[in-house]
Amino acid sequence: MTDVSAPQTKKRTAFQALELDTRLLGMIGAFLLICIVFNVMTDGRFLTPRNIFNLTIQTVSVAIMATGMVFVIVTRHIDLAVGALLATCSAFMAMLQARYLPDLFGLGLGHSMIPWIAIAAGLLLGTLIGAFQGWLVGYLTIPAFIVTLGGLLVWRNVAWYQTSGQTIGPLDPTFMRFGGINGTLGETWSWVLGLAAVAWAIYAMWSARRAKLAHDFPVKPVWAEVTIGGIITAGILGFIGILNAYEIPSRRLERMFEARGEVMPEGFTAAYGLPISVLLLIAVAVVMTLVAQRTRLGRYIFATGGNPDAAELSGINTRMLTVKVFAIMGALCALSAVVASARLTNHSNDIGTLDELRVIAAAVIGGTALAGGIGTIYGAILGALIMQSLQSGMAMVGVDAPLQNIVVGTVLVAAVLIDTIYRKKTGGR
Amino acid sequence: MTPLCEMRDISIAFGGVRAVDGVSIHVNPGEVVGLLGHNGAGKSTLIKILSGAYKADSGEIYVEGQRVTITSPRDARRYNIETIYQTLALADNLDAASNLFLGRELTNWMGFVDDDRMEAETRKIMARLNPNFRKIKEPVSALSGGQRQSVAIARAVYFNAKILIMDEPTAALGVHETQMVADLIQELKKQGLGIFLISHDTREMLELCDRVSVMKNGRLIGTERVEDVTEDDILSMIIMGKKPDQAA
Repeated sequence: MTDVSAPQTKKRTAFQALELDTRLLGMIGAFLLICIVFNVMTDGRFLTPRNIFNLTIQTVSVAIMATGMVFVIVTRHIDLAVGALLATCSAFMAMLQARYLPDLFGLGLGHSMIPWIAIAAGLLLGTLIGAFQGWLVGYLTIPAFIVTLGGLLVWRNVAWYQTSGQTIGPLDPTFMRFGGINGTLGETWSWVLGLAAVAWAIYAMWSARRAKLAHDFPVKPVWAEVTIGGIITAGILGFIGILNAYEIPSRRLERMFEARGEVMPEGFTAAYGLPISVLLLIAVAVVMTLVAQRTRLGRYIFATGGNPDAAELSGINTRMLTVKVFAIMGALCALSAVVASARLTNHSNDIGTLDELRVIAAAVIGGTALAGGIGTIYGAILGALIMQSLQSGMAMVGVDAPLQNIVVGTVLVAAVLIDTIYRKKTGGR
Repeated sequence: MTPLCEMRDISIAFGGVRAVDGVSIHVNPGEVVGLLGHNGAGKSTLIKILSGAYKADSGEIYVEGQRVTITSPRDARRYNIETIYQTLALADNLDAASNLFLGRELTNWMGFVDDDRMEAETRKIMARLNPNFRKIKEPVSALSGGQRQSVAIARAVYFNAKILIMDEPTAALGVHETQMVADLIQELKKQGLGIFLISHDTREMLELCDRVSVMKNGRLIGTERVEDVTEDDILSMIIMGKKPDQAA
């Protein structure tokens, strides 16, 4: 036809040969800039293993929900009820552990099945409530904004009603291992997992390249693949190394030995390593990315966001799709409820308050377009990380609370502005 | 000969307005049937009933002599009815391969979508339909009108359509691209497809079609073989709603 695209043989610069996602680079750059600025302002206290450890476990709850919010926003909906749904699930799981299971079903407090029954029931409840909201949106065609605005009020107060507003705790010790500091893998297993991740990443790159070659598609030069592989390896192992550098305080270790009736050997040290909650987030990220990129469900989510009419005419059941998307969101809210309440070691009445705004902000800062059709899982997680580092960085520097929120709000608007300009410059997408 | 596809006495109303009122049309293998009429004459509505986007209030549809029920686009596809819409039903944010296979993705043994295989298939069919097409990996929003149209046509061709519905296929195209679509229609005709073509351009229709049906206000005015009528006859049918012999 008339406008033949430029010949592919055009000489490419070394940078272009890497085929990096410039948007992702920009976000990583912004994140590093935030870290460095706070590190200077706090005289090096921001980038300590301890603070990085805390930062990651603080981010998990919002980040898990943000991955689901990507799907919701990509299909041109919104979910304002995630914080309230988290509270309902958290209250339900806390009540199961502290009251229902011991009192009604006669499982003694501390029974080994309690945490697992609670988590399974919580996930089921979250999924069902999410699916119900999705049904209201998809089949009864009530706008998602209204359904979830109503949901915000309903589920927040269902949580309150369940617990009569009381704080429920302490939760089951096994359950609390999903919260962060109370459940970590330790040094050895963290390294094992890190190395396994490196091996998997390299295998994935290699098999993708092999598949492309099998179809005679153009591939990156070998040196570019090696460079990217090196960066990924360094990133994974560096992250594990930092977490393993955060040692458990010796007083705490002594108590742990005492609890087992042993005496701590002189000079004994142990590191926390990778928290189970962070592992959970990584698993969620991998699964959600797979769903987004490699499944029909993901393909339909993005197609529906790009052009709902086209999706419908292609035979996609967009109503059922809406139910599925909200059900996924609900399940992730329940998962976040596990992490959030376990981190606090109890269920409090205000858990998850304003999380809906943090989650939406994380997804949007991460490049999810409210117009639909565009968004990435890793972007949303990075968005959550950027928000959390801003918040805790400002707290460490000693910025007043009102100023903190003013800055976060401004950053949200500025991030979207920069993204809009970037998309215009790079040709609409 | 049994018609490849026949719509018999189709009616549909939207809130009291009879958008299509007792219309019957059919297409034979290797034939192009044009639908002409003003905006709002009911052409697109009629055709959307065949493609499964709307459900008729009454009337019957036959494919190769068999009575069929079409209530969704999926049904239509099952009977090898493919539609190329006026509005180019493409998801702008996805690339050509994803659009071509939308709703019918190729998957590997694990059930994951096989992007590489879909891309290879897309390259193959594009090489046949439009050799200049190179932007396989870019979102279709980055494509020109003609390139987008060739993605839509490739979708119909790839899945072995028997009955092809083209709603204003050349409306958004330049001269060169329009010619490409015209050539393609001739090619598909030779392969024995039955094509329903909707257009406003009377002259183009007389060139491309074997028969033309004219609609006005939801009713069928008449169906004529193109060699039996002049452009003026057709125009008078469109405007006055009368057959040529009656108009005289």
